[in-house]
Amino acid sequence: MNYRIRHVTRYHYSEAVNMCRNETCLLVRETEHQRSRNSVLQISPEATDIHERSDFFGNLRTHFAIQQPHDTLTVTAVSDVEVFPRIYLQKPEQSHPWEAVVEMLRTQRTPDIVSVMPYRYASPLIPLLPPLVDYARASMTPERPLLAAAMDLMQRIYHDFSYDPTSTTIATPLAEVLEKRRGVCQDFAHVAIGCLRSLGLAARYVSGYIENLPAPGQERLIGADASHAWFAVYLPGHGWFDFDPTNNHQPREQHITVAWGRDFSDVSPLKGIALGGGKHQVVVSVDVARQPDQPLLLQQQQSQGPLS
Amino acid sequence: MISEPETSISTAAATDIYRAIVEAAGAGDFPEHWQRLQQNLEKLGPRVHTRFREAQRLLRENGAIHNVFDQSNSNRAWQFDPLPLIFSVAEWGQLDQAMIQRAELFNLILQDIYGPRKLIEKRLLPPELVFPHSGFFYPCADGNFPQPQQLNLFSTTIAKGTDGNFWVVDDHVSPPFGAGYALETRVIMTRSFPQLFEGFRVHRLAQFFRAVRQRFGQLARQHQEYPRIVVLTAGPTHPDYFEHAYLASYLGYPLVQGGDLVVRDSCVWLKTVDGLHQVDVIFSRLADHACDPLELRSHSGGGVPGLLQAVRRGNLALVNPIGSSILANPALMAFLPGICRYFLGTDLKVPSIATWWCGQPRECKYVLENLDRLIIKPIQPLPDMPQSTPGRMTDAQRQRWTALISANPRLFVGQEQVDYVAFPAYEQKQLATRQSLVSLYVTAHNESYQLMPGGLSRVAAAGDNLLVSGQRAGSIKDTWVLTQEPHQQVNLWLRSTSDVPLSPYFVSLPSRAAENLFWAGRYAERTEQTARLLRSILVKLREVKEFGDPDDRISLNHLLQALTHVTLTYPGFVGKDAQQKLDDPRAELLSLIRDIDRSGSLRSSLRSLGRSAVEIRDLLPEDAWRLVDQMQSWNPRVGRALIGSGRMYENVHQLVLQLSAFSGLAYENMARETAWLLLNIGRRLERALNLIDLLNETLVPCYDSATEARIMETVLASCNSLVVFRRRYRSFMQLSPILELLLLDENYPRSLACQMRQMKRHISELPHEANVPTVGQDEEIISSALEQLQATDHKGLTRQISESGSYPLLEALLTDQKKRLQQLSNCLTQFYFRPTQALQQFGLPLREMVL
Repeated sequence: MNYRIRHVTRYHYSEAVNMCRNETCLLVRETEHQRSRNSVLQISPEATDIHERSDFFGNLRTHFAIQQPHDTLTVTAVSDVEVFPRIYLQKPEQSHPWEAVVEMLRTQRTPDIVSVMPYRYASPLIPLLPPLVDYARASMTPERPLLAAAMDLMQRIYHDFSYDPTSTTIATPLAEVLEKRRGVCQDFAHVAIGCLRSLGLAARYVSGYIENLPAPGQERLIGADASHAWFAVYLPGHGWFDFDPTNNHQPREQHITVAWGRDFSDVSPLKGIALGGGKHQVVVSVDVARQPDQPLLLQQQQSQGPLS
Repeated sequence: MISEPETSISTAAATDIYRAIVEAAGAGDFPEHWQRLQQNLEKLGPRVHTRFREAQRLLRENGAIHNVFDQSNSNRAWQFDPLPLIFSVAEWGQLDQAMIQRAELFNLILQDIYGPRKLIEKRLLPPELVFPHSGFFYPCADGNFPQPQQLNLFSTTIAKGTDGNFWVVDDHVSPPFGAGYALETRVIMTRSFPQLFEGFRVHRLAQFFRAVRQRFGQLARQHQEYPRIVVLTAGPTHPDYFEHAYLASYLGYPLVQGGDLVVRDSCVWLKTVDGLHQVDVIFSRLADHACDPLELRSHSGGGVPGLLQAVRRGNLALVNPIGSSILANPALMAFLPGICRYFLGTDLKVPSIATWWCGQPRECKYVLENLDRLIIKPIQPLPDMPQSTPGRMTDAQRQRWTALISANPRLFVGQEQVDYVAFPAYEQKQLATRQSLVSLYVTAHNESYQLMPGGLSRVAAAGDNLLVSGQRAGSIKDTWVLTQEPHQQVNLWLRSTSDVPLSPYFVSLPSRAAENLFWAGRYAERTEQTARLLRSILVKLREVKEFGDPDDRISLNHLLQALTHVTLTYPGFVGKDAQQKLDDPRAELLSLIRDIDRSGSLRSSLRSLGRSAVEIRDLLPEDAWRLVDQMQSWNPRVGRALIGSGRMYENVHQLVLQLSAFSGLAYENMARETAWLLLNIGRRLERALNLIDLLNETLVPCYDSATEARIMETVLASCNSLVVFRRRYRSFMQLSPILELLLLDENYPRSLACQMRQMKRHISELPHEANVPTVGQDEEIISSALEQLQATDHKGLTRQISESGSYPLLEALLTDQKKRLQQLSNCLTQFYFRPTQALQQFGLPLREMVL
């Protein structure tokens, strides 16, 4: 499937900003399930000191500065991506029991195992709170195959937590999400990751987009045309398996991955430091469109784009 | 000299006590050097006590053991102990090898953690000590960072065990702590106790700092010939600000704060009075994570957004390399022996104290079972940690620690307490033996490391354990490393082919320092003027009380009202209920003298002076700084009833003298460079503004002649000009000559015209950045202000009298001059001080790591 994604972030400042310095994580990375044909950033006003690099997690990160007074900052990422259908060869019921995976992660030191170690511990936004273990236990029953258990965890989060964009901001701590059982995609991913790590597993946060494709008779997928997030769990010997607890399914062809990290803080789409500026207002809009050679089903624009 | 009672130090019996002490301390059979020290001490006799007091006072006044601006409540109460800790040639040789080995080892660990991470693969280092550690910076580990980033400065604290062996109890990397204190302690020792050095060949410290300078210079990737190096501090509220300022001025680098630096085009620039200057090397005394709020997302402030990018692009070197705080982890000690064998193929030359990392089940169990006798430490800074109190733990404390460790075992270690040697110490005029720890300092040097031949020794108070009570407890003392070689005079500034030359860059004054100099000048003058005015008022108050003359009362009232105007402490003596206060001014006066939280009061202005001065203490003459520090404790304990008595007058008078001494010291000792120019411009500007306010309040209204004479006399007195006036004019008080003297006489140092003329000269000497469109505006303002005064005829000023009974022409002149001065102040702020705007972060919330 081919997509063109347009992700616009606009900051309005009540007073002029003399200078700002920013980092974005907006360009689409390559994965085994997708090819990035073209992914570019447009910055207004004109930016200087622009440097792109691949970060610790392999994401494409762009550093830039604006060294002139301005009261609006607009960053637009346009990406053409080809997504291959994901075929989950590994049957969930046939994967290793989760305890065996924990043991492998704990004792083995192969390059693969070492490379997933950053994803095994508490991270800035995911403290390993005691309630996480309790919540995880119901899915992680003894000897249960890892992928089956992860699938169950995803389903339980989908059913137990209500999707409520008004309930949380990116500053809502995990403890509060757990207590109130409400949140958005980012919170659900954080909960799942926290559960898996609490038991010693490796789990990562994936940020990206999801295509909005309401087929007749089907419900509209929540999170369409906004930034989206889900989680992945590591199965030694097979790699990472993605789960979307917001939509209660495993990504196939409609999830576009931008970046991954330990939690949201590693893949924040745009962060910055401004000199001056007074109060600021931010407007985000995301548009995920199938490319013209494919049947064009829908192009939507949403002015205020909260995280789904 | 006051004669001291003889004490044990100088009696004959002391020899035996001393010998017993030293032998008990495990130093063997009373080695020669301890014997000699004892002889020197005996020769010094009771003078040791006075010298001790002097040394203690020096340390205090320099701020080394006392920082009045410290807001961290770190509660350091270091005492000074004049008895040095002495290392023999042989002992030191052993330590020298061991410390160089340890620094090399820590450097290799750093390279590995931010590079191939073989130590994890080889199971020599648990991944829990790297990936989730708060000192591991993912942005520095992505392969875009210049490699290798060598560990440049390293510090280790050692103890001597009762078995005679040395043990490492602590390692410091980020930022290494105490080398400046070691230097200061040595300086004070040579100043106060030169006799103790007799017959000793003690290694000097200068060579070490020369190696440090050389190393810093080599780190510069550009401007190799004139590397631009700064010391970055969190500012005067930091508990170690003294050391930052001390090292900066000793090494000859500008002392800067985050707001002084700006990143442009992936390079770091220092904002100075004559424009931006690129910085090549930062000797950072900020916490590692506080360096760059953009990429490291710290709460603490003080950093420079974009710093990491400058490093990444190869335009900046940081000492120590950013990310080094991963090494600040006591759990590493548990794994060092294996790592040492892996990297170096040998054993550690000096072992670390036994350390159990609770991330391993067996070790955790051991620690939990032995909580009572182990020292428990977190492996990274954690909020709300209880104090570890081995040996005297209550049940509640034991439960608290057990809960903390069980919840997050990987975050804690338990460490063995060592029985370490007690060395001779001086405590409350007595000889004693006290356990001592020594911090040693290492700098990278010529592909390897060099150890400072000395260190900072800390002495535990009786019954205290330094391993537990931490870095800020106990006493500090000098550390002597003996040498067999004759002294070589090492001059830090001596230029050799391999050394780094000085750069003209140092002449540039950072903008923040410029602003603080300007304000230190203004506050010093403001405080002095307020004090002088108060002094006049106190005299007048007494006269009113004693003679009951109504004219005195009227002139007192005008002075009181002038005081309110000059100090901007409205409503004061001019507001609605002023009459009541004028009838009994004592409460208001007391408040204007003593209320430190009331803006405009004497003590509040003194504090403002202190706050500006502490920021530039590296630029002030040492004695001038001491005076400012002393004045911070000025607080006359005189009640309201006695305010008219001689005691309050005497207190204020003493303060006037101290303030005069401060200005004299600055005047006589500062080079006529930009720093001095700004200090003096601030002083002149403030004096001019004060004078205008005073004259506006007192001389613009018309009075009957008897009152007028009293008022004029008091005005002259508070301007310190009464004697001059009488000598020059030999006449009765007349307004016109007074105005000539106080406003227009360019040669009289207290006149308005003189302030203007001096400011004009100073401003013309300030460095001017050529390409600023508004260049020269400051000169225009001051020139036209001076011209206005020069064109004024003093006789004409009082020619008109308004209906309301005042001199409108005089008033107009004063108002106009004041406006020009305010314009000038704004203009200087814009040109030279480059006010720092507030930083705001967006895009990511900051959440605390919660246990």
